[in-house]
Amino acid sequence: MTTGSSVTHKAAEGDRMQKLSASAQERAALKRNGIIDRAFELTTRGSALMVLLLLGTITGSLVLAGWPALSELGLSFFTEDRWAANVNRFGALPAIYGTLITSLIAIAIAIPVSLGIAIFLTEICPPKLRRTIGTMVELLAGVPSIIYGMWGMEVLAPFLQSHFPSVFPAGTGLTTAGLILAIMIIPFITAVTRDVMNTVPPIMRESAYGLGCTTWEVVRHVIFPSVKAGMLGGVILGLGRALGETMAVTFVIGNNLFLNATVTGQGTSIAALIANQFSEADGLQRSALLLLGLVLFLITFAVLALARFMLRRMEHRAP
Amino acid sequence: MNMRSENFTMAPRQTSRNASGNTSVAAPAKLSVNDLNFYYGDFQAIKGVSMEIPSNQVTAYIGPSGCGKSTLLRCFNRMHDLYPGLKTEGGLLLDGQDIYASGVDINLLRARIGMVFQKPTPFPMSVYDNIAFGVKLYERLSRRDMDERVEWALKKAALWGEVKDKLKTNGQSLSGGQQQRLCIARTIAVKPEVILLDEPTSALDPISTGYIEDLIHELKADYTIVIVTHNMQQAARVSDITAFMYLGELIECGQTDQIFTDPAKKQTEDYITGRYG
Repeated sequence: MTTGSSVTHKAAEGDRMQKLSASAQERAALKRNGIIDRAFELTTRGSALMVLLLLGTITGSLVLAGWPALSELGLSFFTEDRWAANVNRFGALPAIYGTLITSLIAIAIAIPVSLGIAIFLTEICPPKLRRTIGTMVELLAGVPSIIYGMWGMEVLAPFLQSHFPSVFPAGTGLTTAGLILAIMIIPFITAVTRDVMNTVPPIMRESAYGLGCTTWEVVRHVIFPSVKAGMLGGVILGLGRALGETMAVTFVIGNNLFLNATVTGQGTSIAALIANQFSEADGLQRSALLLLGLVLFLITFAVLALARFMLRRMEHRAP
Repeated sequence: MNMRSENFTMAPRQTSRNASGNTSVAAPAKLSVNDLNFYYGDFQAIKGVSMEIPSNQVTAYIGPSGCGKSTLLRCFNRMHDLYPGLKTEGGLLLDGQDIYASGVDINLLRARIGMVFQKPTPFPMSVYDNIAFGVKLYERLSRRDMDERVEWALKKAALWGEVKDKLKTNGQSLSGGQQQRLCIARTIAVKPEVILLDEPTSALDPISTGYIEDLIHELKADYTIVIVTHNMQQAARVSDITAFMYLGELIECGQTDQIFTDPAKKQTEDYITGRYG
């Protein structure tokens, strides 16, 4: 800094000092602003605390309500392979297995399909068609889950049963539920993937094309690496929905409460089991169902935490 | 623009000079532009441009913003093909072959005519892979040959010394000037015949700009270079041939000294003396 500029700097500081000793009118305004500021801060902080409070309350009430079942059943709650209320046997295994398997199937189908749609929409599709298909994808995301459930039961399950009777003897089952879930989460993952792909600057694409890349090479080596972290966000959104989805799954999963390891067979999921039994349950059964709810809560939480962890690792590797 | 008064004294004009776009030059033509028209939808951005771009020379396009110079540059590697609603008419020959002919493989064409953009665009991969990526598209090299090629390209782009110890780091973590040299190295590594530079230093500091201008000088021994620039001093410093464009038309094209000291057209003179643009 030269001497000249330091002098002007000092002068400016002096000006400011003078300004800081405020008149009475200014003081009143400052006080008013101070109060508004304080109120604003308290409101936002209150809203944020509300989230914590809610989360804590929900967890707390689930733990409290599930405690009798946990103390009564102990570890057998997690190892028992059947849920038979009439003989007081409450094994969560079939439901946990069903929840995880259906979500896994859904994600396994939805990721490649969504990626394909998103790539087509951003890289290949002519602009006119782009908007039409994009809107349709968004509409699909808004279809209520009960519609998917009815469609699955009325159309998809009978179709699977009549065309692949050896694989889907009943039509309904874990895979059928996985298929329905895939259809439900594809719009979510597609929309997020498309949006992050659109954030890749055109000049980036052009430089890859400028080297002589084909569209596939541009997508594979330039666009995909730039967006995979963002895409993961969409996948987690979809996975969260798949894990907790109740209505559609209840329609097509078969509601078999005995552990059935074949993925095409009938089974149940945590959400479907609770939905089916909760309204007529009391005593130990009710407590066991609430405990099951806690398990679902924890699974979802764990998935989210895992996603955060993966996201952070990805960002670390690609600055 | 205070440099102008020192560097470019106006010599008396030779009014009899042939001032059409087809200024003849000694070197053989690498690219020939024949009555090229280009349209963004209904808007005609390039109007009947004809000129020749000589081999192993630096040809600079100057002109005010929106005059069509970048648009013209992007015709050379058919970058406009990426977007619908754009139309190119007329002839563009690379070594006498029409690049808009139906049998032309656009990816091979772009491998022969490389391009560097206004902003550095390193790919989301390591420094090494940034270079190797383009090479792998068309050549199958052994590990050792690839290492050599990467080193060669980085040396050509005057970047080797700065990055030789961080070939594995992400290309996007380099400084802006290094990134742009990385992009140049990436373009060179494919061994194109022509390098198109679209305002390659517009996002860079003066020191990085100096590096890149030196680089352009060195590269012309092996490549035909076409550069679009906003900066007239840059055109004067780096180019052999200068073409002045205005409102989509090629106003004048000739040896750089002549354009800057003795322009044939009044418009060119007005532009280089800063009367508009």
